[in-house]
Amino acid sequence: MAVLSLALLVAVTWSAYFLGRRKGRELRATHGATHSLAHFHGWYVALSTALPMLFVILVWSIFAPGMIESRVLSHLPAAMQPADDLSRSALLREISNAVAAPQLLDGLKPEIREAVASTIALRNASGWVGILVALLAAAVGFVWSWRRLAPDLRTRNTTERVTTVALFACAAVAVLTTAGIVSSVLFETLHFFSKYPALDFLFGTQWSPQIAMRSDQVGQSGAFGFLPLLTGTLLIMVIAMIVAVPVGLMSAVYLSEYATPRARAIGKPVLELLAGVPTVVFGFFAALTVAPLIRGLGESVGVDVASESALAAGLVMGIMIIPFVSSLSDDVINAVPQTLRDGSYAMGATKSETIKQVVLPAALPGIVAAVMLAISRAVGETMIVVMAAGLAGKLTLNPLDTVTTITVQIKTLLVGDQEFDSVKTLSAFALGFVLFFFTLILNVAALRIVKRYRQQYD
Amino acid sequence: MLQRSELSNVTGSNMISLVPDDAPVTRRRSQIAPAVAKARVDSRNRSEKWFRFLGVAALSSAAAFLVILLTDIIVRAVPAFTQNSLAIEVPLKAELIDPAKPAAGDYEAAVRDALRGMFPTAQSRPEKKALESVLSVGAANTIRSAVMAEPGLIGKTLEFPVLLSADSDLYLKGGMTRVETSLGASPVTVSATTGPVTVTAGSGEFQNDLRLVKLGIDTLISDGQRNLRRLELSVKSSKADLTLAEQALAAAKQGATPETVKPAEDLVATLRGDVENLTKTVETANAQIKVLQDRASKAGSEEILDSGMPSLLLLVNGGVIKATRISPDKIEGEVYLPLTSTEPSSAWTKVLLETPEGGRKVNDRQAGYLEMLKAEGIVQSNFNFPFFAQGDSREPEIAGILGALTGTALTMLITLLLCLPIGVGAAVYLEEFAAKNKVTDIVEVSINNLAAVPSIVFGLLGLAVFLNLFGLPRSSAVVGGLVLALLVLPTIIIASRAALKAVPPSIREAALGVGASKHQAIFHHVLPLAMPGILTGTIIGMAHALGETAPLLMIGMVAFIADVPASFSDPATVLPVQIFLWSDLPELGFKAKTAAAILVLLVFLVMMNGLAIWLRRKFERRW
Repeated sequence: MAVLSLALLVAVTWSAYFLGRRKGRELRATHGATHSLAHFHGWYVALSTALPMLFVILVWSIFAPGMIESRVLSHLPAAMQPADDLSRSALLREISNAVAAPQLLDGLKPEIREAVASTIALRNASGWVGILVALLAAAVGFVWSWRRLAPDLRTRNTTERVTTVALFACAAVAVLTTAGIVSSVLFETLHFFSKYPALDFLFGTQWSPQIAMRSDQVGQSGAFGFLPLLTGTLLIMVIAMIVAVPVGLMSAVYLSEYATPRARAIGKPVLELLAGVPTVVFGFFAALTVAPLIRGLGESVGVDVASESALAAGLVMGIMIIPFVSSLSDDVINAVPQTLRDGSYAMGATKSETIKQVVLPAALPGIVAAVMLAISRAVGETMIVVMAAGLAGKLTLNPLDTVTTITVQIKTLLVGDQEFDSVKTLSAFALGFVLFFFTLILNVAALRIVKRYRQQYD
Repeated sequence: MLQRSELSNVTGSNMISLVPDDAPVTRRRSQIAPAVAKARVDSRNRSEKWFRFLGVAALSSAAAFLVILLTDIIVRAVPAFTQNSLAIEVPLKAELIDPAKPAAGDYEAAVRDALRGMFPTAQSRPEKKALESVLSVGAANTIRSAVMAEPGLIGKTLEFPVLLSADSDLYLKGGMTRVETSLGASPVTVSATTGPVTVTAGSGEFQNDLRLVKLGIDTLISDGQRNLRRLELSVKSSKADLTLAEQALAAAKQGATPETVKPAEDLVATLRGDVENLTKTVETANAQIKVLQDRASKAGSEEILDSGMPSLLLLVNGGVIKATRISPDKIEGEVYLPLTSTEPSSAWTKVLLETPEGGRKVNDRQAGYLEMLKAEGIVQSNFNFPFFAQGDSREPEIAGILGALTGTALTMLITLLLCLPIGVGAAVYLEEFAAKNKVTDIVEVSINNLAAVPSIVFGLLGLAVFLNLFGLPRSSAVVGGLVLALLVLPTIIIASRAALKAVPPSIREAALGVGASKHQAIFHHVLPLAMPGILTGTIIGMAHALGETAPLLMIGMVAFIADVPASFSDPATVLPVQIFLWSDLPELGFKAKTAAAILVLLVFLVMMNGLAIWLRRKFERRW
């Protein structure tokens, strides 16, 4: 039904456009000149036809299912009327499953079977009525606009105004996405805190969501303590930064200050390739190659290394972030005005002295911003830690031990779990909230630093 | 001094200070001795070189990481691109496969019978079982589909490639253990065709094998020694615990608190027991190592091949013998596949498997049969086309990526259809129409922040909004496409804005000058000129979306789905998620498959990025 109505929408719009354009051409032919070109008349008619039709289709598809549901339920005998929302939705699911798969019908009660039959009939009827109403709306719009068409009608202005609104709507998608993210994590987090005390979450030292799932232990203290996740996340992040910042920064310095065009032609693509490797590939590399390697090395010198050590995940995450640090630092180093370098050379400084004492200090705010963005990237990275770090929430700073991170826990809590209202799944949204705001603060701060710093030299 | 401070004001940073700030002015003017000056210049040049070296080192280490990563994955992936199967004649008997109902035929039995027909001597249960276990559970699939397509084949005998199990496949590729196959040099006599047998050959025939077996003992010794060291450490710490406990006991006795004496005594007793047990274990371990060392040192002495030792198989007269005792010119063993005769044979083969039987998935019996099949020349190694033509499976040898590829294509299509028009629209609005006001600021800030939001958060959005609020189908390509579209939207908007900005204002002004409206100037002139840049940005954004995994896990694209998705609302999975799923599986066969899937993904990414670079090169215009 949806496909049919969309196809009709396209067909109707298309024909309205051609009819309008033809009329526009006729007007031009008979009156000599019109305010707008003929195809704007076409667009004018098409828009006036399509928008009411689209509106009806949307309204219909939003409200019709609910009305059908309540009508079907109200026709059930009183004994079968659902008592609460939960049993209502279960009943509705049963009915809609049977509608989709008729072979399920045999196992159902006769009343439900009747409800299924009436659902099918109602859906059919509502679909056809909806299409009829939509076509009617289209016809009204078409006749209205058709009758308004005149040589001096400013159809171009109208069309362009609609286009501008559509463009604005596109831009608003970004705002809607942000709002969607904030509201979805915020509401679920508040929901979580209504079931579990916020202070215990923020300052608890024990993370064991599995225990809390057992029978009536839900919400018992200590099970959703966030601190082990925080230390684990920070530990892996610090290891990653120890790898990524020196290597990335020195690569950027070399590429922008020393490299010959040929060296740059090799170096840049290498870093771009490294940046293009999907994180799941890095995760595979970390879990299957680096972790056993570190474990083997540890064993050979007599140190006990966990098979899912923080070191393996951190190292590989560092490698992943190298190109990120390098390209951001490259930008800020290139933004340092040449005059500063020339001044330094004129004083007799060598190239490295110029870099160390003039270029890098001048680029420092940008580099700090780059490191902050890299940190936010490391904290939000999921696949490497999911594949190479552990699940046990241990409060430790030993890089050879196994730790878990915020993202690992979000993934573990939500994947494969269909129910959506338990403390366990809600806690994942609370973690998502923490993650989102932590990275948001870092990003805003970094962008602000970059902005201020840019103004300094522009 | 005044000049210096002015200078540092100008640069806004610490200037090179050749002389400390507090140095007396007279010293600055004085001549520096040439030797000192040279030393200073040398040291500055050294530090210059050192710094430059650091830069090269950083860049080359990044390159090295890339090379190591790619090599690791390619090496792991190579075995997955070939697949071993048996080319055997399968009689399609009508009693197994009813011509009226070919779908219900027992194709597996037909394949089993065909394989048994090749080893008529395999009659006992373990022999038959091991023989069948070398085949894949999907071994009959090709035959089934061939017969379904052409029912006229029933009743005929045809040669089909019959798929081997993943473990057999891995064994034949050498991924299970090192296999050394050598032809026997001198004729060999076997005492019987079945049961325990003695194999005699020319003198020194088994000398080399014995030597290799003894090398196996060396690894046992070093394993034992490592274990011994660990045991000794725990003995030491237990002894220390015991001493402490004894001191505590003595203190408790003096302190005259009788209630603390009893637990202390108990503790001491337990610890004493522990120490005794551990010491005994150490002694036995020591004795074992001594015995092993003894065995290893006597070069020509006979050896017992138990389950901890390398395995030696003999292929003689159409049968397989597993050696249990080896000496330089004689072997005692057990027949795994009965021989056809006890005639002395000069055409026979020795197969030495380095990894002990307990450490590999293919046991000696199966290995023997596989070696026999290989010797018969019916093992074929073909390019693994089914990998690209099948959906996922629990069996590594029949798992393919077609389902994931289709899911990826469907998801990417949705993503592209959504994010290209919306992204370009938003960019045009922000670049050309947006007034400088609060609303525009909010939009800009949102876009910049979205670009840096962790991808898993987009997954949470998809879960909370698309699945729970809108009730869209879980695991489907349409939800995956929606989430990824939101994820790459900022990238595309930013790239498109840059491309629009790069079009010089003269184009716009010229269009306006000849009477175009603002919309006409933008849509007829500016946008077409910005299109190559926009497309480049879009391709890079799509490449990003192609490699994204985490948000798709959140919306349930992580389920095991064997069917190839047929529509946008079917449960689907995508290539990166498939990689993640396979990498988690314990079967060895999936490791290679995972690497192969990664390689396919990387090829796609390189192609997309190559296309973006080509577009940039071809259409880039400098104004």
